[in-house]
Amino acid sequence: MACFLVPAAEAIVTTVAAKVIKSKEKEESVKLSLSDGSVQEATKIKFSTKLGWLNKLLWGGSVLLAFEHLWHGEVVPFFPFLTAVKNGETAEMLAEMGSAGIMMAVFVTVVWVGMLAVSSVVEKRALHAPKLTQEGV
Amino acid sequence: MTLLTTVFAAIIATVIWYKGAPKSEMKVGALCWMYWGASLMWLVDAIFEYAELGTEYFTPAPVDMLNDFYLGLSVVAHGLIIWLVILLVKDPKGVVKAALFKKK
Repeated sequence: MACFLVPAAEAIVTTVAAKVIKSKEKEESVKLSLSDGSVQEATKIKFSTKLGWLNKLLWGGSVLLAFEHLWHGEVVPFFPFLTAVKNGETAEMLAEMGSAGIMMAVFVTVVWVGMLAVSSVVEKRALHAPKLTQEGV
Repeated sequence: MTLLTTVFAAIIATVIWYKGAPKSEMKVGALCWMYWGASLMWLVDAIFEYAELGTEYFTPAPVDMLNDFYLGLSVVAHGLIIWLVILLVKDPKGVVKAALFKKK
């Protein structure tokens, strides 16, 4: 009916949050000594960039799901835009948004948290790899 | 079928992105995020449908399957159009700029 509106709303919030965080964030760099003696400087992925991953997942998914809803006639290009509202099925629509919509937003966020955990492990491994030794932060 | 089509599109886009990484001249990453986002959301939709229909969910009528596949392909095309717009607007290779400001 309109389940995609919930992840779309989350996308708006996370996009604003990413912009705010980006303006306050400082670049964190580490110097790495390679086994051949050379020193390489690497920058850590900023949190705003990682939040950007969630934004892209949410926006991308919401846009394609909106297309699907348009396909099924659940969204129309004229007021009130939602067929359920026009047909007096607002309660059912809200119930679906509260179940499937919320679950979609939560699931995408959980997957993103998983990605954060994996990227954190990869970053730590890169810093502690036998070939590399961290010189300073 | 729509979920399956989008998952395959996401996998293909990710493989293409990985082959070109770390350069992102073609902005394939945008396509990956879009298809994976939609796949995750449709997976939740599929779980809800499975909870309602049970095993019947896995044996759709051929007409429904064909219609869903048609929708899946349309979704993939829609994603490709969005990606193309992003690519031309961001113009990472400067091709559009070069074409627009070409000296005669």
